[in-house]
Amino acid sequence: MPLYLDDDQTVLQDTIRDFVAEHAPVSHMRALRDADDKTGFSRDLWKQFAEMGFNGILIGEDQGGLGLGHVEAGVVLEEIGRNLSPSPFLSTAVAAVEALKGTAQAERWFPGIIAGETVAALAIDEGAKHRDTVAMTAERSGNGFKLTGAKRFVTHGHTADLIIVAARTGGSADDTDGITLFAVPKDAAGLTANAERLADSSLAARLEFEGVEVDADAVIGEVDAGRTPLDRLLRAGRTGASAELLGVGGGAMDMTIGYMKERKQFGTLIGSFQALQHRAAHLYSEMEVARAAVLKAQQLLDLGSDRADEAVSVAKAMTALATTLSVQEGVQMHGGIGMTDEYDIGFYMKRARVLAEMFGDANFHADRLAVAAGY
Amino acid sequence: MSDLDTFRSETRAWLAENCPPEMRKPVRSEDDVCWGGRQFKPSSPAQKDWLDKMAAKGWTVPDWPKAYGGGGLSPAETKILREEMAAIKARNPLNSFGISMLGPALLKYGTEEQKLDHLTKIARGEIRWCQGYSEPNAGSDLAGLATSAEDKGDHYLVNGQKVWTSYADKADWIFCLVRTDKTSKQGGISFVLFDMASPGVSTKPILLISGNSPFCETFFDNVEVPKVNRVYEENKGWDVAKYLLGHEREMISGMGLGLSGGNPLIDGAIATVGLGHDGRLADPLLRASIALFEVRAKAFGAMSERFIDELKAGKAHPAQPSMMKYYGTELNKGRYELMMAAGGSDALEWDSDRSRGGAIPRSWLRTKANSIEGGTSEIQLNIIAKRILELPA
Ligand SMILES: Cc1cc2nc3c(=O)[nH]c(=O)nc-3n(C[C@H](O)[C@H](O)[C@H](O)COP(=O)(O)OP(=O)(O)OC[C@H]3O[C@@H](n4cnc5c(N)ncnc54)[C@H](O)[C@@H]3O)c2cc1C
Repeated sequence: MPLYLDDDQTVLQDTIRDFVAEHAPVSHMRALRDADDKTGFSRDLWKQFAEMGFNGILIGEDQGGLGLGHVEAGVVLEEIGRNLSPSPFLSTAVAAVEALKGTAQAERWFPGIIAGETVAALAIDEGAKHRDTVAMTAERSGNGFKLTGAKRFVTHGHTADLIIVAARTGGSADDTDGITLFAVPKDAAGLTANAERLADSSLAARLEFEGVEVDADAVIGEVDAGRTPLDRLLRAGRTGASAELLGVGGGAMDMTIGYMKERKQFGTLIGSFQALQHRAAHLYSEMEVARAAVLKAQQLLDLGSDRADEAVSVAKAMTALATTLSVQEGVQMHGGIGMTDEYDIGFYMKRARVLAEMFGDANFHADRLAVAAGY
Repeated sequence: MSDLDTFRSETRAWLAENCPPEMRKPVRSEDDVCWGGRQFKPSSPAQKDWLDKMAAKGWTVPDWPKAYGGGGLSPAETKILREEMAAIKARNPLNSFGISMLGPALLKYGTEEQKLDHLTKIARGEIRWCQGYSEPNAGSDLAGLATSAEDKGDHYLVNGQKVWTSYADKADWIFCLVRTDKTSKQGGISFVLFDMASPGVSTKPILLISGNSPFCETFFDNVEVPKVNRVYEENKGWDVAKYLLGHEREMISGMGLGLSGGNPLIDGAIATVGLGHDGRLADPLLRASIALFEVRAKAFGAMSERFIDELKAGKAHPAQPSMMKYYGTELNKGRYELMMAAGGSDALEWDSDRSRGGAIPRSWLRTKANSIEGGTSEIQLNIIAKRILELPA
């Protein structure tokens, strides 16, 4: 498989690029923020995504989806990133779908996701930094389980219809085994969600589970074997977040290069200053390398390759590094105007920071590579 | 099975049978690298055997046409061959400026006679080439070159001096930029080929900070160059030169991919610093630096694959080799800084076994030229800014 988008994927990209730019440009996000919208995204837009067929992009055709892969999902996410569009696409259509895929839960939740009626949230993180550990417990109770513990940084956690929760049915926090994944409906008794607005004006919830009772059929996959769907979820989520970061970094870079071609100082365009040209060219190089890393991870995931995991960590770390550079240079090269709320470049900086943290930051993923390489 | 699957299994079987075990170990020093040419003395029978077998199949230049000594492979087949060679850590059978630089330029700009003559010899490693581009007063500003070629009817009379000519003293032929018109800077350059044994050619080695002396000052004193040795039209050599530079940059960018076989950076760090109880490198800052470096190195690996794929499909921006050259060479310098940090005082030893006969410190010093040779990093950044980002002049 050559490492560029094929013709079908390019056509899809054009469609999605136009659609997102028209229906959810940066002004859409700004309007939601200014209205102090408490949902954090537009349910109408989510419906429109469904009408376009995007929500079922990773769902098999036999289950009503498009039966496409991570490359295509990434194309959607890159445009979401470029337009800073608030959307449950990553958590729902990518990560949740991957977790549910091939399990008994798929039949129950996929129709709603495809129809744009269901939004899923991922209750994975327990600390302020993403880790591969799970301490939250799920005790057997009656014919089901009782969930106790807390989760953080749950995007859409306060409005989601479905919450995917990683809990421990055996072992202790650091163990790989003994994890079970649950599909918890939003109205479960004993579950409280406190939404916090983040720096990028998106909302993430802290969830408290106080003996939340779920039936045995809420289990995704097998009891004690949740690592498998959880790993699927994480690989998809990390790759998806990388694609979105690529969009954020690329969008910020395009704005910055555009600005360099119109802003004049000392009677000349600032884009003609070599000091700035070299930094822009360096930034371009970092973004190109990040783009290749993301496509590599997506293709290996779609191939089911055993090298996918490493590629996913490379993609997440590399996009975090490159996009951080892009937004920082973006604000700097815009000068004073870059610090104003009125101008969009600052929004890119905020969104990049949130996405860089999501599903593990650059250090977390570099560490994973090191451990895998034995040092 | 598809044709490509068949090709892969046949290639794998052929390599398993024909690649000598000694040619599946990492190159230890410059002497292990096969450059071919009239003065070439194989460092081992295996090296010679490997070259002969690969050349016979046309696989020293797998994607060149068979008529010119190539393998006639498609881009997809070439990729498979590279992957299968990498899988068994097979060494390059032949390294050569002929393959990576002159060859592509001749394929595009050469006459049929030039192709039949020179390309087949390049493919078999019979002639070693050097590159006569830079002059004392024309480095980054390459088109400012002064070496003159005077029209003498059927030949040119070449006079002048080149500098930084890599391996000029070991090379058999030179591809050389000469001035055939003084009134136009870029439009007065011609691209010629000639034998380094021609009367009037002399070379003087330059000693480098690495203690090696791979390049020379090269002098031309009334050298007669037959006009049939001019590639493409008179005064249009700049087109050939630029096309060739794209390929040179592509080749140099490959350095960012590191050495074949194992990971000397990680192995070296573990050997000197050691692992703690938790199985992690005992120097946490060195560990972090290496891990973050590896992120970039692996991402660049993907970039290289993408670049080659796009190039073969005609989808790459023509200035993209500049980005590859810039990123790959800066990366490689970073790798060797870390190798030195990981190696500690062992890596400082100039001749001992602990530094593999000085291979580590000498390579570290050599890599500092990566961002100078083939056009400096600053020049690449200028090209990216102007031609890809289209920033104003
Ligand atoms: C190991 C090695 C092998 C080489 N092999 C060959 C060979 O085989 N054949 C051959 O012909 N040449 C060869 N070269 C020469 C090489 O191509 C030149 O050294 C290179 O192009 C730089 O030219 P210069 O050395 O004259 O530096 P200069 O052009 O004098 O540059 C000095 C500094 O100024 C900067 N600079 C110059 N112009 C600009 C600008 N417009 N904007 C910003 N910064 C600028 C440069 O980046 C550099 O940092 C080799 C060089 C090395 C180091």
